[in-house]
Amino acid sequence: MIYLKLFLSFLQIGAFSFGGGYAAMPLIQEQVITANHWLTMDAFTDLVTIAEMTPGPIAINAATFVGTQVAGLPGALAATFGCILPSCVFVTLLAWLYARFRNMALLQKTLGALRPAVVAMIAKAGLTILISAFFLDGTVSLALHNVSFRSIVYFVLALFLLRRAKWNPILVMVLCGVCEMGVYAVSAGRA
Amino acid sequence: MKTDRKRILRKLFFSTLYLSAFTFGGGYVIVTLLKDKFVDQYHWIEEEEMLDLVAIAQSSPGAIAVNGAIVVGYKLAGMAGVLVSVLGAVLPPMVILSLVSLCYDAFASNPYVAALLSGMKAGVGAVIASVVFDMGKSVVKSRDWLNIAVMGASFCISYFWGVNVVLIILAAACLGVLRALFEGKKGGKP
Repeated sequence: MIYLKLFLSFLQIGAFSFGGGYAAMPLIQEQVITANHWLTMDAFTDLVTIAEMTPGPIAINAATFVGTQVAGLPGALAATFGCILPSCVFVTLLAWLYARFRNMALLQKTLGALRPAVVAMIAKAGLTILISAFFLDGTVSLALHNVSFRSIVYFVLALFLLRRAKWNPILVMVLCGVCEMGVYAVSAGRA
Repeated sequence: MKTDRKRILRKLFFSTLYLSAFTFGGGYVIVTLLKDKFVDQYHWIEEEEMLDLVAIAQSSPGAIAVNGAIVVGYKLAGMAGVLVSVLGAVLPPMVILSLVSLCYDAFASNPYVAALLSGMKAGVGAVIASVVFDMGKSVVKSRDWLNIAVMGASFCISYFWGVNVVLIILAAACLGVLRALFEGKKGGKP
C-alpha cells in the first residue's frame, strides 16, 4: 500500500508546515529520510537544490519527485494530493469563516506564536544540508580527508554575494555549482 | 451571468497557472503577484480584503502559493473557484518535477552533473542560512523573550534529541493559544 503511505506522509507535511517554503523542509526530511527511507540524504539535498531552481512550492516539488521515484506517476499524484488536501480544507474553512465574521485577531496571534519554532526547524534542516556539504562522509569530524574545503569556500562566497552584493539566490547557487563543475573538468582533464 | 462566471473561472485558472509556472523564490513572491493581478489589474478584490486573505494564506499550514490560490479562488467563485485555482497552481510544479524525476538517475550518475549538484549544495546551504538569519533576527528584535526562548529550545530538542517536528509545532501552537487567550483576557500588550 505504497500509495496510501505516500498519501499519509505528505498529508502530514501539508498539515504541519506553517510559514511556507522552507518550513516544509524539516518535515519532508523527517518523513522521507528518517521515517520511510525513501531518499538518501544526498538525494534529498539534490531535491532541495532542484526545488530551489524550479518554480513552485518546495512541498509540491518534493511530493512529485518522491512520489515518482518511489511509485511512478500514480505515486506522484497520491503524494501531491495528500500534500494539498490539508490546505484545501483548512484554508477554505478559514476563508469561509472570514467571509462570515471578519475577525482574525485570535487566529493571527495564535499562528504568530509558531514563528520562532518554525525558524528553529528551518535552521536545523539547513544545518543538516551544510554538514552533508562540508563533510564528505556526512558526519562531523575534523579529519582533513573528510572536510571539503572547496564547499566551505563556496559557502562563504555565496553568503557574501547574497548578503552584501544582494545577488539573486538562484544565480548564486548556480555559480557555486558551475565552479565545482569547472574544478571537476580541470582535474578530469589532468588525470 | 453564466458566461461571466465561466469567464472568471477561466481567468482564475490561467492566472494561477501562469503565476505558478513563472514565479521563482517562494510563496511570498506569488502572494504579492496575486495581489497585483486581482486587486490592481482586474479590480475583483478590494485592497483591504486582499490583505486579510493574504494573512490567512500565510498563517495557514501548507504551501503559501497554494493557500493564496485557494483564498482568491474561494472569494471569487466559491468551491468551483478553489478547485480551478488549486489545479492551476499545482500543475506547473508537478509537470516540471515529473520530468526532472524521470531523468534524475541518468542525471545524477553523470559526473559533471554530480559535480554541479554537489557545488550547489554549499550554495543552497548559504541561501537557507541567509533566510534563517533574517527570520531569526526579526524574532530576536521583537524582544519577546518567550518567543526567543521557544526558538532556542525548539532548535536544541530537535537537533540534539531528534524530537519529531510535528510534536514541536503542536507544542508551539498550544503555547500560542494559551498566550493569546491569557493576554486577550488581561487586555494586555498587543
